[in-house]
Parts: sequence; structure tokens; C-alpha cells
Amino acid sequence: MDFLVFQYPMITIQACLDGLLLGILFALIAYGMALQWGVMNIINIAQGDLVILGGYIAYFMYLYGIHPAWGVIVSPIIMYFVGIAIYKLVINKVVDRDLFISILATFGISILFMQLMNFAFGADVVLANSGYGTTMLFDNNVVLPNSKIFSAFISIVFAICLVVYMKRSKLGRAIRATAQNARAAKILGVNTEKVYAATFGINAALCGVAGALISITFTIHPYMGLPYTIRSFMIVIVAGLGNLPGVAMSGMGLGIFEEFADYILGTEFRIGSVFLLLVLILVYRRFKLSRKREYLK
Amino acid sequence: MKIKNILITFVSAIALLFSTSVVSFAKVVGDKIILGAAISLTGKYSSNGVHTQNGYNMAVDRINSMGGVKVGGKTYKFDIIYYDDESNPKRAAQLAERLISQDKVEFMLGPYSSGLTKAIAPVTEKYGVPMVEANGASRSLFTKGYKYLFAVLAPANLYLDVAIRTAVELNGGKGVRIAQAFEQDAFSQDVRLGILDAAKETGSEIIIDDKLPKELNDMAATLVKVKQMKPDVLVVSGHTKGALTAIRQISEMKVDVPMLAMTHCDAAKLSKQHGKNSQYALCASQWHKTLTYKDDFFKDGMTYAADFEKEFGYDPPYQSAESSAALLVFKDAFERANTFDQKKVRDALAATNMQTFYGNIKFAPGGQNVDKPMVLFQVMCDDAGKCENKVVAPLKWASAELIHPVPKWSER
Repeated sequence: MDFLVFQYPMITIQACLDGLLLGILFALIAYGMALQWGVMNIINIAQGDLVILGGYIAYFMYLYGIHPAWGVIVSPIIMYFVGIAIYKLVINKVVDRDLFISILATFGISILFMQLMNFAFGADVVLANSGYGTTMLFDNNVVLPNSKIFSAFISIVFAICLVVYMKRSKLGRAIRATAQNARAAKILGVNTEKVYAATFGINAALCGVAGALISITFTIHPYMGLPYTIRSFMIVIVAGLGNLPGVAMSGMGLGIFEEFADYILGTEFRIGSVFLLLVLILVYRRFKLSRKREYLK
Repeated sequence: MKIKNILITFVSAIALLFSTSVVSFAKVVGDKIILGAAISLTGKYSSNGVHTQNGYNMAVDRINSMGGVKVGGKTYKFDIIYYDDESNPKRAAQLAERLISQDKVEFMLGPYSSGLTKAIAPVTEKYGVPMVEANGASRSLFTKGYKYLFAVLAPANLYLDVAIRTAVELNGGKGVRIAQAFEQDAFSQDVRLGILDAAKETGSEIIIDDKLPKELNDMAATLVKVKQMKPDVLVVSGHTKGALTAIRQISEMKVDVPMLAMTHCDAAKLSKQHGKNSQYALCASQWHKTLTYKDDFFKDGMTYAADFEKEFGYDPPYQSAESSAALLVFKDAFERANTFDQKKVRDALAATNMQTFYGNIKFAPGGQNVDKPMVLFQVMCDDAGKCENKVVAPLKWASAELIHPVPKWSER
């Protein structure tokens, strides 16, 4: 136990800001998960692996001399088609089945992706340098890497775009209709098959954006996906499926929680504390969400 | 009756199959000495696994082409059976069993990483199979009383010992304030124990002692503490991920610390991935190509590095060099034992006292190499941003002078 974080106000501010910026990024990944969970009733265990794959796209751009920030444009485009491909190959066969089947299927995809990435890109830990520099606040006592600020900003932009798209576009309306009642939507002429594919694609694209941001801010490695899956799962569990502001809030909350757990309990308990919180919340909610399909507002 | 007949036929068929397959492999077939190795060719250790395999192969080719191994007046050549352990300790132990009991291998080479070596050592010990390993440095490997395990590398607790002692020396012999962050795995925790010992002996104080989880790629909290408490030395060890994360965040957060000491810098290709941001980092290394050790097969470090690059297309990391050295040790031991009797080879290994291009090799009773100190190199960059690793300690091999204290970020 270490209460340094409360003794110096500057550290408290630093922890809050770090957590906030991190949390916004988590919220973006979690929003993709909430979307597809809500629409298709699928919990995607491979979420984190899609994120890492998106990160590798930005990393390869960086290797070829393109600034990795462009990854936030290129990566989602490629990942959208990867998502559609996964849907056509695997997910459309499990989409109407038991939740358990889809968890198994995406777990399989997750393992496959890890091994394929390891095979294709090697087991080295890699990163992309943005060269964005640092912002110093409060007489240099609080430091914020600009790459983190950039990540949070881009995440917010994408989240807003998505919300507007869901509200305004025809496909967005179809997605929402399918989420509310797939059968009724089908009867009224919505091609649910297409909607499912698009939803999975959009989720993968969001993962692509997040991955590109993670390669700029942190490091990527073929086996590093699971913590991102767990975090987004946890954010969605807390927020509920149809609740976008909830996802944003619980994402930021989780980010700050993680930072404080890091300071108080020590870094070794950082990810452990997320797992613990997840268990506590699951117990609290008594698996209310596990079989219920909520609609997306 | 019929069933009984079928059963008898079946059993005898299996017995026949076994009796023929058993002789297909043995320790020495014709003029070949067959060694066994489980290596991580896939999975999370695959890049270092490949470095290890390349090191082994390079030495096998070299020894074979330069006359092979002379035992009992006859010349033998090395050959290695490789299996892929998928970076998985359980699988590695199974494969060791398979190599010994099915393939009848009587001499083994080590896998990559302390964890996997720990999984294999009890198996080789059980069967009395001598194993020379080059990539398991964890101290706990050498305290279990293994008789058939020999490591050509210095144990993990010595990795950063030199750094602390150098810092104390530069501080006029007075103790220093140390901040440390170590991943929670066997190897890094052993490095930590080494630091604790060094701190105790030099009267230094440890003011931050963080443990990093395996999945971590964010150590901002530790660095904020470092910024506030201003230690004299910051020590980080967490394999390649730890090294890359530390440099990224130290440079982004402009953390000023007079000395930064790490492990796995060359495996992480630190100077390539981070360029000038990695400047002044001190790194522990088992070997560096500029060291002046010599042998008859590879001549010296520079020649080894050049030959290795010609064959595999990249500069050899120390993981390859130490793997090559393992074969030299085996050759030497076979020739001194002058037999393939496992016990006698084991005794010959225990009595090893030789110099290779990689360093002097002499085993302590626990199996670790006690005759080869670790070296520290510092990442140094020129104005054009081209970075190089230069040995700075111990002084005997230093090719550049240690830059201490590290200049502040505001002055760079």
C-alpha cells in the first residue's frame, strides 16, 4: 500500500488525467463491443486481437515511412473488410445460436489470430513513433504525452461520427431496428444478414482505429490482445448494452480506477484489479445481462 | 479363441514395431553425435528461439567443417534433432522426455529462456543426460543441486550488479538511491534479487520497488513516482516489452534520472526502434562483439559477428553467441572425456576450463559459468541520429567512456 498519490496533489492530477485519456481509448473499443453485443448478441472474445491487428497495420505504415497517425484512417478501412470476412466465414453460422457457441467461436478466432500474427509479424514487441512530443502543465509537474492526447481526441471524433451515423444514415437506422427486434425488422424489409455483416465490420473498424492509437501510445505484441478484451467486456457490463454515454463514462472511470490502483496497490495489481472489479460487478449484477438482449438507443 | 489370436498378433506386431524403431536413433550413429534440443520456433519466444537455433547451427557447421570431434581416435560430426516447444514449458518437458526415451538422445542442448530450461532440467536430470544450456540464467536453476546442467552464461542476479557498483563508485563510494521496476517472471525477479544484494553490500537505499505484470505496456505510474522522488539510478527489467515501454515513456514524460540501467536492450532493438530517445541507456549484456576473447573456431567476436551476418543476414544478438559457445563446450568435453559414456562426459563438462570467443567458461558446482563477467554497454548516438551500443564497463573491455550523469531532457 502506498498513498503517495494522495500526498502530492500533482500526482493526483496526473493520475486522473492519465486515467481519463486511457479510459477514452478503452471506451472506443468497448463501444464496438457493445454495438455488436447489442445487435447480434455476440460477445467477441477476439476483440483485443482485432485491436492488435489494427495496431500492426499502423506499425507497418510506420515501417514504410508513412506517419503512423495515418493509420487511424487506413487501419479501419482494412479492418472493416477483415471484419466482414470473419462474419462471412464464421460468425454468420453462430449468430442465431446460443451465446455460449458464439463465445467459443470467437475464442477460437482469437487463438487463430494470435498465432497468425505471431507467424506473420514475429514475436517481437514493436511500436510506432509519432514524434508528437509532450505537454507540460503546472510548472512541469504534470506531464502528458501528446500521443495520449491525440489518441483521446481521435477516439472522441470517431465516437461522435459513429453516433451521428447511427442516427442519420439508412444503415444506422437498420442496425438500430435490428437491435430492437430482428424478426420485426426482417418482416419490414430490413436485410438483417447485411446489417449483421456491417455491424461486425464497423466493430472491427473501431478496433482498427484503437489499435493504430495503441501502437502510437504503447506497444503491440501478438499476444497482448486479451487485456483489451477484458477491459471492454468490463466496461460494457458496467454500462449496459444500449447505453453509449454509459460506455464513455464507465470507460473513463475504468481508466482512472486502473491508474489509482497502480499507485496505491502497486503496478503488479493494475490488471489484476480490473479482473477483481469485473468479478465484483458480475456478482453484483447477478448475470442479469447474460441472456437478455437489450436494444441500442 | 479367435479374439485371443488377434490379440497375440496385435501385441507382437507392436513389439516388432518398437524393436525396429528403437535403433533408428541413438546418441552416436555412424560418425554422427546426435544432440537433442527443444527450441521455441513458434509462440511468444519465437524470435529469440530462432536466434538460439541459428547460434547452434552456426557452431555445428563450423565445428564439422573444421574437422569435427575426435573421440577414441575417430572423427565424429555433430547433428541436432530439433523440436518446436511452442514457447510452452509443459510441451518442452514432454519433448525432452521424447528426445531421451524415444529418440534415445544422450546429450541435450538447452531451450530458450529460464522458464523453459526450468521445465526441462528435471527431465534431463532424471535420465542423467548432460545438458549444456545457453539461455537460462535464472538463479534458481543453479541452486537445486542439478548435476547434469551446465550453463555457459552468467546467472541472472549478476546482470545489473555492475551498474549499481558503478553508480556507487561514481558517487564517491557512498550508497545511492535506487528506483526499480521488474516484471514478475523468474528471470526479472532474479535480476531484482541481484540488485537487492548489491544495494545491501554498498549501503544503497531502494526507494521505489515496483513489480510489473506480464501484460503491462504502461509504466507511467512508476515514472511519475521517479519524477517526484528523484533517485540516482533507475533499473528496469521486463524483457523486450519492458525495455521498449520504459524508453518510450521516459522520453515522453521527460523523466530525468542520472543513470538508467536495463536488460534486453539489444533483443528489443532499442536503438533502432527508439533512435535518439534511447541514448545514454545502460544495458546489461552477456556478450558484445567487441570483447577480445578468442578461440580456434570463430577467432573472435568481430569475426563471429561478420560470419554470422553473412550467413543469417543480421547482427548476432548475444543469445546466438552464447548458443554457439554451448557447442564449443560440448566438443571440448567429448574430446577430454574421450568416450561417449554419459557420466564421464558429465565429469569432463564439470571440469571445463576454456576460452571461447564468447568468454571464459568454467562451471561452478551449481552449473553456472563463474568465469565470465557481464558487460554493460551504453547506447550512444551521433548528431545524425545513428546509434550504437558501446561497452563502458567493466573497464577492461570498455570501448567508450561512460556518460554520467545522463544529460537532462531539457538540455538534449
